[in-house]
Amino acid sequence: MLRMLVNLFAGALFGLGLAVSGMVDPAKVIGFLDVTGDWDPTLAFVMGGALLVSIPAFRLIFKRRRPVLADDFELPTKKDVDARLLGGSALFGVGWGLSGFCPGPAVTALATGLTPVFAFVVAMIAGMAIYKWIF
Amino acid sequence: MENFTPVSGLIGGLLIGLATVLMMLLNGRIAGISGIVGGLLARNGSEVGWRAVFVVGLLLGAFAYMLATGGALPVRVEASLLVMVVAGLLVGFGTRLGSGCTSGHGVSGIARFSKRSIVATLVFMGAGIVTVFLTGHVL
Repeated sequence: MLRMLVNLFAGALFGLGLAVSGMVDPAKVIGFLDVTGDWDPTLAFVMGGALLVSIPAFRLIFKRRRPVLADDFELPTKKDVDARLLGGSALFGVGWGLSGFCPGPAVTALATGLTPVFAFVVAMIAGMAIYKWIF
Repeated sequence: MENFTPVSGLIGGLLIGLATVLMMLLNGRIAGISGIVGGLLARNGSEVGWRAVFVVGLLLGAFAYMLATGGALPVRVEASLLVMVVAGLLVGFGTRLGSGCTSGHGVSGIARFSKRSIVATLVFMGAGIVTVFLTGHVL
């Protein structure tokens, strides 16, 4: 129960952060990727702000044997850079550049009720389902 | 750089960082949105529940922002519906194949100094920059 409250609260904090930072706005994100145009470096400050908190906090957290409310830390086990990581990230980057949306902002922007946002999220989930079907 | 908003960007980033830290410290989970949404497709109910709650949280955060500011969420979609659908397919498939997105690799992964996440972040940013260059300045 407490863990579910954490999921809800952390999700809300995350969504609020995406809204406050302006990262829910695809036009703003494209402004960051448009380095040869009218460049908007805001996204680097968003990522920097998130890392400013998470880098020192993670160092302390991983000194613990286990999380406060769960039995284990669930962390990725793969260590090597492989073709899937590179190819998948490249495909994601192309979709990100075409739309200005990555998964978090797209889901959060559903709150606007805009049709193209719904179309993106439905297609994104379909893309995830296709991955699951193939692999 | 007339659209540059470093202060609200930094504040939003700190909130995202705090959410990421709470998920790891308390629940031991990576706050990676592509993984959380992708996991909703699992058949196992225990895997779906917490992810659905997190997604509801994201929307609550957006509504809280709208209530607090008394305005709409600043979302400007400039691409056509067809492009949005193609982009959605690429983002969905690509983030699952590449094991993460801007949050899972770009924040949690880099915060763990994961080599895979650092490489993934450089690759999707590079691909995004090239894509915007081609669609915005060449085509």
